[in-house]
Amino acid sequence: MKRRKFITWLSVGWLAFAGATGGFFTMIIRFLFPNVLFEPPQSFKVGFPSDFQLNQVDERFKQSQAVWLVRTAEGMYALSTVCTHLGCTPNWLITDNKFKCPCHGSGFRKSGINFEGPAPRPLERYRIVLAEDGQVLVDKSVKFQYEKGQWDSPEAFLTT
Amino acid sequence: MADKKKTGLLASIGDSQIWKSIFRTGVPVTRRQRMMGVLNSVFLHLHPVRLPKHAVKLKYTWCMGGLSFFLFLVLTISGILLMFYYRPTVEYAYTDIMDLSEQVPLGIMREIHRWGAHAMVIAVWLHMFRVFMTGSYKPPREFNWAVGVIMLFLTLLLSFTGYLLPWDQLAIWAITVGANMARATPFLGHEGPGASLLAIGDINLVSMTSDIRFALLGGRFVGEGALLRFYVLHCVGLPFIIAILMAVHFWRVRKDGGISTPV
Repeated sequence: MKRRKFITWLSVGWLAFAGATGGFFTMIIRFLFPNVLFEPPQSFKVGFPSDFQLNQVDERFKQSQAVWLVRTAEGMYALSTVCTHLGCTPNWLITDNKFKCPCHGSGFRKSGINFEGPAPRPLERYRIVLAEDGQVLVDKSVKFQYEKGQWDSPEAFLTT
Repeated sequence: MADKKKTGLLASIGDSQIWKSIFRTGVPVTRRQRMMGVLNSVFLHLHPVRLPKHAVKLKYTWCMGGLSFFLFLVLTISGILLMFYYRPTVEYAYTDIMDLSEQVPLGIMREIHRWGAHAMVIAVWLHMFRVFMTGSYKPPREFNWAVGVIMLFLTLLLSFTGYLLPWDQLAIWAITVGANMARATPFLGHEGPGASLLAIGDINLVSMTSDIRFALLGGRFVGEGALLRFYVLHCVGLPFIIAILMAVHFWRVRKDGGISTPV
């Protein structure tokens, strides 16, 4: 075998080896990201607007979906139950009229605006619209942040 | 008469083929034989053949490196024993931990593992402190210091992954909070700096379901996937890496001139 041919085959061999190794590492990384999640669906119906009492924080979907639903005279909004400090779940204190996080004491108004403790920004709101059958549909895959001016978006607040 | 018989028995064991096939050097009498005895044992050869007198002084080393290793062995043995009773599933994890203190014989293995883990973190920190204060990180030992920093990091990760396994409220929320920090990883976390740059048109490549936190938890929040992943990392992945680094670390202590000398 000529020297030139030998070096050609040697580089082909090394390139194939590098490609195969890279492919295997890519497969290992991809393997860590599951295709199917056995978690609750991101969008769900919560019932008709009339099912919700005026000016009350509805906690029925806190456990299963991590969402609070609030109905005011103007309409409804869906608040995330994830504290914007470090991700714990605050409690709705009906007598104090505020959300209070047990981890580090962050406090939020009924609107979701933060006013005490270490939380740097208000609670997030989720997309809330009326489904075709007239029920309220909450979609957690779309979130609206107050500090980005997103609460003015039509889908952040359901006018009823 | 009895003495003579005993010597004869020992001598015949020492002369047997089984003994000689395991211990090739025989009873060490000379310095060379002692050295060969250490060199020919896989367990002893990680250790220096000879130690300077100052190296065994407790007030210089505090024995913290040795204690860290001892605690690692305690944690390995007690951890393997715990694995016989603990099932890393949402259904069983918490009750298995309860059973470990209430139903399992002696009921103390879990406490040994837990207190040993706390002690190891403390011992590793004190070891780092001693090495720093005695200037033992300086050349030619700078590589071994770097290995030690990685092992400190792995010790803390072992502590962090073990924290989730009891599956009580403290564990779940501590890991929720801890894992949320991974959101802010540059480029790899979906809320981190640079993550929004990695996008094709409207599609974010680094999102809630494709970032480093998702890979760590195996889901969007701390659930079944996270428990299993942390269990595997805690019992197999991280101990495997730290064991290799410990072999390098001990070997390099000797190759870099042994334990540093007080000036």
